[in-house]
Amino acid sequence: MIETLRSTAAEAQARLAEVADLDALAQLDVEFLGKKSALTLAKRQLGSLAPEQRRATGQALNEIRAEIEGAVGAARDRLARAALSEQLEAERLDLTEFRGTARRGSLHLVTQARDRLEDVFVGMGFTVAEGPEVESAWYNFEALNIPEWHPARGSFDTIFVNLGEPEEVMLRSHTSPVQIRTMENQKPPIYIVAPGRTFRTDTADATHLPAFNQIEGLVVDRGITMGDLAGTIDEFVHAFFGGDVKSRLRPSYFPFTEPSAEFDISRADGTWLELGGCGMVHPNVLRNCGIDPEEWQGFAFGFGIDRLAVMRHELDDIRELVNNDVRFLRQF
Amino acid sequence: MKVTLSWLREFAPDIDGDPVELSETLSALGLTVEEMTLIGETVDGVVLAKVLDLRAHPRADKIQLVDVDAGDGKAQQVCCGAFNMAVGDLIPFAAPGTVMGNGLEIQQRKMRGEVSAGMCCSGAELGLSDDHEGILVLNDRVVPGAELGMGLGAAIGLEADVLWDLEVNANRPDAMSVAGVARDLAAALGVDFAYPDFSIDTGGYSEAEAAEELLTVEILDPTLCGRFVATVLRGITVGTSPQWLADRLILAGMRPLNSIVDISNYVMLELGQPNHTFDLAAVPDGHLRVRRAVPGETLTTLDGRERELIANDGVITNNSDEVISMAGVMGGATTEISEETTDVLLEMAWWDPPTISRTVKRLNLVSEASNRFRRGADWGENIDRSMQRFIQLATQLGATAVRGFVDVAGDTPDRTPLAVRSAKINGLLGTDLSAASMAGHLASIGFGADVVVSDSGVADLAVTIPTWRWDTETETDVAEEVARLYGYDNIARTVPRGELAGGLSDYQVRRRLVRQVLVGFGCDETFPMPFLAPGDLLKAGLADNGVTLTNPLVSEQSVLRTSLLPGQLKAIAYNQSHRCAEVRFFEIDHVYLPPLPDQLLPDEREYLAVALAGSEAPEAVAALDLIERELGLPNVVLRSGSPPGLHATRSAEVVVAGRSAGVVGEVDPLVLENYGVTGRVAWLELDLGALLDGPRRSHKYAPVSKYPSSDIDLAFEVPDEVAASAVESSLRKAGQDLLTDIELFDVYRGEGLPTGTRSLAYRLRFQAQDHTLTDAEVADVRQACIDTVSKRHGVSLRS
Repeated sequence: MIETLRSTAAEAQARLAEVADLDALAQLDVEFLGKKSALTLAKRQLGSLAPEQRRATGQALNEIRAEIEGAVGAARDRLARAALSEQLEAERLDLTEFRGTARRGSLHLVTQARDRLEDVFVGMGFTVAEGPEVESAWYNFEALNIPEWHPARGSFDTIFVNLGEPEEVMLRSHTSPVQIRTMENQKPPIYIVAPGRTFRTDTADATHLPAFNQIEGLVVDRGITMGDLAGTIDEFVHAFFGGDVKSRLRPSYFPFTEPSAEFDISRADGTWLELGGCGMVHPNVLRNCGIDPEEWQGFAFGFGIDRLAVMRHELDDIRELVNNDVRFLRQF
Repeated sequence: MKVTLSWLREFAPDIDGDPVELSETLSALGLTVEEMTLIGETVDGVVLAKVLDLRAHPRADKIQLVDVDAGDGKAQQVCCGAFNMAVGDLIPFAAPGTVMGNGLEIQQRKMRGEVSAGMCCSGAELGLSDDHEGILVLNDRVVPGAELGMGLGAAIGLEADVLWDLEVNANRPDAMSVAGVARDLAAALGVDFAYPDFSIDTGGYSEAEAAEELLTVEILDPTLCGRFVATVLRGITVGTSPQWLADRLILAGMRPLNSIVDISNYVMLELGQPNHTFDLAAVPDGHLRVRRAVPGETLTTLDGRERELIANDGVITNNSDEVISMAGVMGGATTEISEETTDVLLEMAWWDPPTISRTVKRLNLVSEASNRFRRGADWGENIDRSMQRFIQLATQLGATAVRGFVDVAGDTPDRTPLAVRSAKINGLLGTDLSAASMAGHLASIGFGADVVVSDSGVADLAVTIPTWRWDTETETDVAEEVARLYGYDNIARTVPRGELAGGLSDYQVRRRLVRQVLVGFGCDETFPMPFLAPGDLLKAGLADNGVTLTNPLVSEQSVLRTSLLPGQLKAIAYNQSHRCAEVRFFEIDHVYLPPLPDQLLPDEREYLAVALAGSEAPEAVAALDLIERELGLPNVVLRSGSPPGLHATRSAEVVVAGRSAGVVGEVDPLVLENYGVTGRVAWLELDLGALLDGPRRSHKYAPVSKYPSSDIDLAFEVPDEVAASAVESSLRKAGQDLLTDIELFDVYRGEGLPTGTRSLAYRLRFQAQDHTLTDAEVADVRQACIDTVSKRHGVSLRS
């Protein structure tokens, strides 16, 4: 009997190895391991055997059952793997069809430039101050040591607003009014940069806009020197443009700083590019804000933001910055 | 300010060196070189030639045939577009092979069938004048001994020179003159500076007459005029200036007019002293009065325009007290020099700079003279020197000067020595200069600077500011002069380390986050200029109350926006016209609402706009949800209504913590039509500044329950006029703390429902913090939800 069962087991192994679907597997399971299978019937007959025979036969039956169960399990695993791989094949996707379906928008170039500038100055210990774009003559001119008759007023090409007395309210022609507002509201030490929009009566062309963006810096503290100004500008230039770029100051004139300077940065070809203006805060400006120039000294600097974006991306027409052409905006 | 090296050398003969290095030195002094031109260098290969014959071109009207002899005795035929030469004229000629200044190589070629073997040159082509039209005829300019074929430079005796165009700052009145630039440059180079002797030999003076006898000058307002010097020149003939003088004026950017005007300009350029000439015959009794104008007075100025005068203006009047000149700004027509003029009253004065500045600005009369006066001319010796120089040049042309000047003084700035602390200068500059070193720098540019040692041994300075530096008043001004001469580049660089931490404000950080959220939402950031055209606000359905500009560049940019809507619609229309229909834009920028009561400045606010072309209102609501989450806005409510400019039935007011904070929905189709926008535009506009400054949700966490939750679904038949948010609010009220989550998972309109109602299906999740809810508890709270909604809104549960 055992021999017969062993050959049945061998038959089961062979058929299970070739079974092709789960239904057939279930039938084979019943056929070889079910209640009516030879193995189950043989197990029922164990009681009729002599005790010494019963033990050996029982052990053999268990071995055979384990063998067949193992084969059924292996067949089940094989079929499950095949079914899964069939399912995966059916789910095949060409992922390249889906490139570009989600679209992230873009930050405007001026925002990107402004954020980078802010980050560099924040790293140097500055905070960021902001102020209104429509200003009074006091903030835009008088507090900055530019009295009403001053020839420099003409050079600002100011756009005036129909509020107050004639020429009393204007679109700020520089970000320097934020210096005044900050010093009026905050005691030194002061370390701020003030980015923002400024205005001039410049007709829009490839290199000019009537509304453009500047960033202004102001430091007021004890013992601040012109060497500190030159060093701060140098450190900024290294951080923003790279360590190889050098800076220099040249004497210039602004009513709100004395001494005043233009600052240049070096170009790869050895020439210099004028970047902005700077100087030591004029004692009259400090006094106008209630700060004693004998106790406190400071420096200020300012330059264009848009121009940095123009340089970085090699724009040949600055008007792209305000045209809002989506074919332009999406490049960045 | 344009200066030439040769002119500078008349004041500092030892100025020398590589022109590029000299340019660097000038720039380092604050006299920024805008352009440097090497002059007197003619183009290699351009020679002196003679016109032998002129013939019409047989097949062209606009060019003629010219035969020239370029020194070899042969006739070369050239086609030439200019017609200003005559046979026998001497001209500059470029033979084939010559490379012109613009890089063009002259080649032999045929023009309309006629050979052209070279080029006759204009002054502009050679950099010798501005004339592009005619050929430069050299008949009067060749030096003795010049021969045909000789290089042009040698033939006309050109000397090499350098021309600098300098940017002179408003605080450098002295540098508005050749002498002033020479003084600065000489100081930087460490060479001597001296004025040449401008006195004339006695032959040019009429000993018989004295200015004092011929002229009377009264300064009635000493605050207007610091000094008034005058004399008389007789025997003037108004003619052409000598070539050397005319050449210098041309290089300096001025057009030679006639000998008197040219001398006047020459003296102004050279010494910085503007001057004025009156026809003496038109000044009765030689009597001049200096005063401020009386309102209502008028003057017809040299340009023929009648000017109305105001009280600030400075004027010169005659013996009848009639205005004959505007002080420092422009002369009057009645006393103008004419061809008949023989005797001239020459005047040089110092005018109060603010007065001149105000008049210049009011009348928009900027001139070389007024520019110098309003920056502050020199009231000292330079006036005497300039008088002498004028007389010297005029007598060289045959005029005779009378003896002496009339010289009347008004108020001039105080020039008592200024106490300057060397420690303050070093403390400002970050230098460690001795007082003696500072004094040396100051003396090099004509400042009086004495070292004063105090009892305690501190060496400071007593500084006498020269009369040519009206701008300089204070210790700080003096510090700048020291720094300039010491060299900005020589100041050691240091970096201040403040005690404060840098950083962005909470407002600025969160504004950046909003930008990033919207970028992630697929929006491109736009940045229109904030100007609108008149009517733009009305076209957008908004109140036409934008603040207007006084002097806009163009009327399309004459109104300040009160909303970001018009700018966004323009941007969308622009892109749609370029075949980009469904743009998604956002903008964070200022709007300028009319001033609040008692305020001078507009109520300026920072707004956020999201404009989604091709999207419907729900997409704008989604944007609002993102921003609400990002900013942690408390209690955001959509209040029904139709805000201006928006779709009547698809828009709402956004209310945050009880305050109106903006609008959301779709743009009114009529507004879209006004702006030429096609399709729908979902729109969100928020007062972002107010939201960033406003209240935020609590940071405190809510514990997550450890007990199981139960979900139930409820659907109500709700009339359209009842907002879903109202139903939700009722459900929240009924569910109280047990209701942990609520989702509107289905909205259904149509079959099976009465018109004007829809089914709102909610999934409610109930959960307790401290125990597992029993079936009875869930049933109770479910019933409470149904009852509350039914009672509050009169709606029934959908079966």
